[in-house]
Amino acid sequence: MPPEPISFAAAFAPALLDPTRDAPQIVTGPNGKAAGKRYDVYRNNVTVSLIDALAAIYPAVQRITGTDFFRAMARFHVRGSPPTSPLLFEYGRGFPDFIARYEHAQTMPWLADVARIERAWLDAYHARDATPLAPAQLAAVAPERLADLVLTPHPAAQIVCAEFSAVTIFAANRDSAPVSRIDASTPEDALITRPGFDVIVRHLPPGGAVFATSLAEGRPLGEAAASALDASPDFDIAANIAGLIEAGAFTSIAFGDA
Amino acid sequence: MTLAIGPGPSTPTPLRFPSPIGGIAGTSFKHEHLKAILADGPKRGFFEVHAENYMGAGGPPHRALDAIRRDHPLSLHGVCMSIGGPQPLDKAHLARFRGLVARYQPAMVSEHLAWSTHESSFFNDLLPLPYTEATLRHVCAHIDQMQEAIRRPILLENPSTYLAFTETTMSETDFIRSVAERTGCGLLLDINNVFVSATNHGFSALDYLADFPLSRIGEIHLAGHDEQADDDGEPLLIDSHDGPVADAVWKLYEIVIERCGPMPTLVEWDSRIPDWPVLQAEAAAAQAILDRRGTAARAEDRHAA
Repeated sequence: MPPEPISFAAAFAPALLDPTRDAPQIVTGPNGKAAGKRYDVYRNNVTVSLIDALAAIYPAVQRITGTDFFRAMARFHVRGSPPTSPLLFEYGRGFPDFIARYEHAQTMPWLADVARIERAWLDAYHARDATPLAPAQLAAVAPERLADLVLTPHPAAQIVCAEFSAVTIFAANRDSAPVSRIDASTPEDALITRPGFDVIVRHLPPGGAVFATSLAEGRPLGEAAASALDASPDFDIAANIAGLIEAGAFTSIAFGDA
Repeated sequence: MTLAIGPGPSTPTPLRFPSPIGGIAGTSFKHEHLKAILADGPKRGFFEVHAENYMGAGGPPHRALDAIRRDHPLSLHGVCMSIGGPQPLDKAHLARFRGLVARYQPAMVSEHLAWSTHESSFFNDLLPLPYTEATLRHVCAHIDQMQEAIRRPILLENPSTYLAFTETTMSETDFIRSVAERTGCGLLLDINNVFVSATNHGFSALDYLADFPLSRIGEIHLAGHDEQADDDGEPLLIDSHDGPVADAVWKLYEIVIERCGPMPTLVEWDSRIPDWPVLQAEAAAAQAILDRRGTAARAEDRHAA
C-alpha cells in the first residue's frame, strides 16, 4: 500500500532528533491542550535511548572520557547519524571515525582506536558460532606443504590496526579496576576472537597484523609470511601461527592448489 | 509434555510448550539474572525476550536463550517491526523474525501498535499513530504480512501514549478491535499502558477496559511507570519499566483477571534492573492473583455441577 502523500510519520519524525524544530502541528494534548512537553517525551526517549546504546557498545571510551563528556559527544553523533537498522547491536559503526574528527577529543588521539576495538568486540560477540581449528590439524600437515596452506578465518575473528597503545588502553578500561598511567605512544595491533563464548582481545606481535590479514584474505601461508617479513624484519612465523591458532582465529585448513 | 510437532528438517526444535500456556506469571528475561534462574532450576513461569536482541548470528545471547527455553515457555516480544508506520515493513527484519520463531518455537509472539522507523532512520522508541481509516488499513496490512511471514498469529499490544493526533477519528479500543477482527490477531493487554494513557489523556482506565475486546487477550503485561509534568504542570506518566508495578495497576489487573479469567501475565522490567528475587517477587504477586481466580472458578464449577 503506498504511503499517504505526507504521512503522519513524515510530519512527526523530523523534530525527534532536531531540537531546533518545534513539535509537529499534527499533535495535541487532551481537549486541545498544548503538546510541547508531551512531544518532548518522545524526543527524550529517542535521544537518551540511542546515547545509552552507544554507551553500552563503547564502555571503555565512556570510562576514559567520563560520562558527561561521552554523552555530549554521543548526542552529536546520534543526531547526525541515527541508526539505520532496528538491531541496536549494529549501531555506531561510524562512531570511531566521528570520535577521530570530534573537536573536543583531539587531545586523546588514541580514543578512536579504542572505539574500533570495542566495535569489533561486539561484532565478535554476536558472530556465528564455529569450532576453531585444532592445533593438531595443523601439526599433521607435511612440512613441504605448509607454504601452500590456506586457512579459513573464524566468523568472529577481526584485526584492528592502531597507531597508539589501543589494546593496553582498551584492556585497562573495560572493567572497573583502577587504571595506572599508560604510555599511549606504542602502536598496537589487536586481534579480536571468540573461540568459545568469551571474546578475547590480544596484542599482535610485529608483522602479525599483516600476516593475519593476508591469511584472512585467503592467501597461502608462504605468501602471507613473506608479506609479514617485508613489513617487519622481526616477524616470527612459528610464534605468530601458534598465537593465531591458540586464539581461535581460524576454523579449517585447505591447500591453495587443491 | 506432549510434542505437538515431531522433529524434522522444518522443525529444528520441538514445540515443548504449546500455547496457550494458561494462567501463569512470567518475567522479562535479563542476562544478569541467568545464573540465578539456572540455579533455581525449572520453576512454574515463563520468560519474555525482546526479539531483536536475539537477531545476531550466534554467541552468548543464543546460548542464554537456549538454556532458558529448555525448561520454560518463551514469549517472543518484537519491539521494532514498526507495524504502525505508513511505510512497508522491512523484509529482512521479517525474515529474521521468522527465523527466530522457527528456532525457538515460542509459546507467544507479540508486537506493538506503534512505529519506530521512518525512511531509513530507526528511532528506537514506540512512537504513536493517529487512529483513522487510513492507518487502520496500513496496520492490518502489516499484521497480515507479519502473520504470513511467521506462519502464526501474533498478539498486538496496546500502546502507552503521551499525546494525541488532531486527525484521529476513532477511539483506540475501536481501532484495536477492528484490527483484531480484520486480521485475526490476538491482543496483548498492557494494563500499565492503559493506566499511563488514561492519566495522560484524561480518560477512565475502567471505561477503556470496558470497551477493550477482552475475549481476544492472549497475554497481559504489568510494569512500573514514572511521573513527570505536562505543559500545564499536570501529571504526565512515563512508561519507564524501571520499577515495581503501581498499586493502581495491580487493582486494574485484579479487575481484568476477574472478568477474563487466568491469563499468561508478564511483569516487565527493562531498566534499572533489580536483583532476581525482587523481579521474582513481582511475578509471584501476579501468580497469587491468577491462582486465587483459578480456585474461585473451580469452586464455581463445582457449585454449578
